[in-house]
Amino acid sequence: MPKDAPRRWDRRMQQRLAHGEAAALGELYDRFASLVHSLAHRVLGDECGADRITREVFAHVWENPDAYDPRQGPLRSWIATLTHQRAVRRLRQTESAALALSGEGSTEELERKVRRASAAARADYIVTAMPTPLRAALELAYFQRRDYRQTAADLGVTEDEDRRRLRLGLQLLSTANDTADPSASPATGPPGHGTAL
Amino acid sequence: MNGSDRPEPIEEPDGPGPGSDPGPAAASESAERRPAAPRIPLPRSSIEDTGHPVPDPPPEAIIWEAPPPEPLVLEHRVLKSLLGAWALAACSAAEATAVEEHLGGCGPCAEEALRLRDAVGLLHPEESLDLDPGLRTRVLQSCLGRRPPRIPVPEWAVPYDAESARLDALLRDIGDSEWHAPVRLRWFEQDGQVSRKTTVAGIIAHLLAVDGLVGLALGLEDPLGPDTPGPQHPAHRTEAYWHASHFPPTRAVRGPWREQAHEIVRTVSFAGDGSGRLPVPYGTAPPSGHGDDDTAAPGQKIELPLRDAMVDRAFECWIHAGDIAEAVHYPYEPPAPRHLHHMIDLAVRMLPGTLADRRRSGLATPSRGLVAAGAPGRSLRLEIEGLGGGEWFIPLDSPAAVGSAEREVAHVALDGVEFCRLAAGHVSPVEAAAGQDGDREAIRDVLFAAASLSRM
Repeated sequence: MPKDAPRRWDRRMQQRLAHGEAAALGELYDRFASLVHSLAHRVLGDECGADRITREVFAHVWENPDAYDPRQGPLRSWIATLTHQRAVRRLRQTESAALALSGEGSTEELERKVRRASAAARADYIVTAMPTPLRAALELAYFQRRDYRQTAADLGVTEDEDRRRLRLGLQLLSTANDTADPSASPATGPPGHGTAL
Repeated sequence: MNGSDRPEPIEEPDGPGPGSDPGPAAASESAERRPAAPRIPLPRSSIEDTGHPVPDPPPEAIIWEAPPPEPLVLEHRVLKSLLGAWALAACSAAEATAVEEHLGGCGPCAEEALRLRDAVGLLHPEESLDLDPGLRTRVLQSCLGRRPPRIPVPEWAVPYDAESARLDALLRDIGDSEWHAPVRLRWFEQDGQVSRKTTVAGIIAHLLAVDGLVGLALGLEDPLGPDTPGPQHPAHRTEAYWHASHFPPTRAVRGPWREQAHEIVRTVSFAGDGSGRLPVPYGTAPPSGHGDDDTAAPGQKIELPLRDAMVDRAFECWIHAGDIAEAVHYPYEPPAPRHLHHMIDLAVRMLPGTLADRRRSGLATPSRGLVAAGAPGRSLRLEIEGLGGGEWFIPLDSPAAVGSAEREVAHVALDGVEFCRLAAGHVSPVEAAAGQDGDREAIRDVLFAAASLSRM
């Protein structure tokens, strides 16, 4: 049941958007704006660019609510994928323009930069979408610098279980580094957006 | 990127990020110089690079420099399960050594180790970037310009939609303990300011309870429960909500408040622009807490048309968001000029009636003569400065009279936000920073009437 409830919300939201309900658009923004903006910001590294992507993504969803297929996954991951694709495309555009203008740097460097930014944003999304126990274990170990025995005690699980969580969490996260070109990938999106979880 | 094409992935670690790890060359050099030392550099990019406070080093960091501990013999299953903890440098030095020795001889584990260590480089603290509160309006407008809505939000409901979204964004950013930060509800009764102590969560409960009056008028469920008798005054509803539980409100109140706000906006959108005339009963004036006379006689029915009630709720939402922001030391901007203008206009339209109420209670000077309904009467020119401001003529002798430039007897100039703070009972009418000239009594009466628009 708890798994169905959000999916019901997704379907209903899609119907309301298709119906042309402005109030639904407001609710959609309230739920996803910070996700969209922070992913775009992670890729582009600038506020104006992130604002612009945010505007584009919501406009796309508002104009094409039927493009979302609830059977393919949650609305959240569809929106994350849209954001990711657009932000990466935008980064590649601005970087190519800068390269053409200055002549400094190389196409390889550009691609490396785009790949790095893309992976960083995908990793962000994976962390937010990760099951809470895995995220909690990673956060304690990485940010609080607790070793796995302490983490296990903090979380009230066995050391075995905590080792498993740390490993699984990193395994999920590592899919962010798999080189899929998100701007070239189909609508189902790069690995890590919903598909991994 | 995942190292599978490298013959010896572990010997040539490729730092995943711009961290402070020694580069591949440094790593292999040090491995040559000090064969006893771990062959793989500390497997994490440094938190120092993130600009966040550096936590105390774990005991392992010190042991790391010490002579290698007794070799530890672990079975393959355990070694494999340790890979995550190892990549995060979250295992003991002896375990780390055991894992590293194992990696030299086990291809699959070595490959995974590299992959997991690269993944660690992707971890970084969540950036809490505050979204520009104005972005919501810009994004929504741009969307609605591209595809006009079939069911728009009525113009008079837009300030409420925007203000509740702004407050919600503030609430998202505050910590658990801040929900219990003390806040004073302040308003103005008769001739002075009064206040009531509560918390951040208590304020949201107050908004939930009073917004519920609009919800009730629209046929929504009462957040106070189905057995609550008819529309009650906002103060009664708030006290009832606070007292319904033995425990003070917590952050759990945010969800119901937000849901109700969304539901109200949705419902008025479907009801359409014409629903703005629907009456919203605000119950009856409460018996005065201070004695015999109140601005509205106890028992007198208070009612606002929906379009005004929605602006009133937007106003309250902003004012209380400001109270909360002040209590938790966050900045909070005034509403968008267009919305502010709606709020000022509503307050100004309510002034003549409030003035008459105060006059009946002997709190304002008697009128200087009868004015026929619809005829121009003695007026005060209220000039509201700043974005969202404007100029209004307020009839002084009767709410039925029409404000008139020809019969101006006094002039008050006030900043828009200052005027709203006055109307919210947050500034005393005596201290309101107002430029004034003309009839002193008229000015005093209007400023006091503005303050007594406020309530809990």
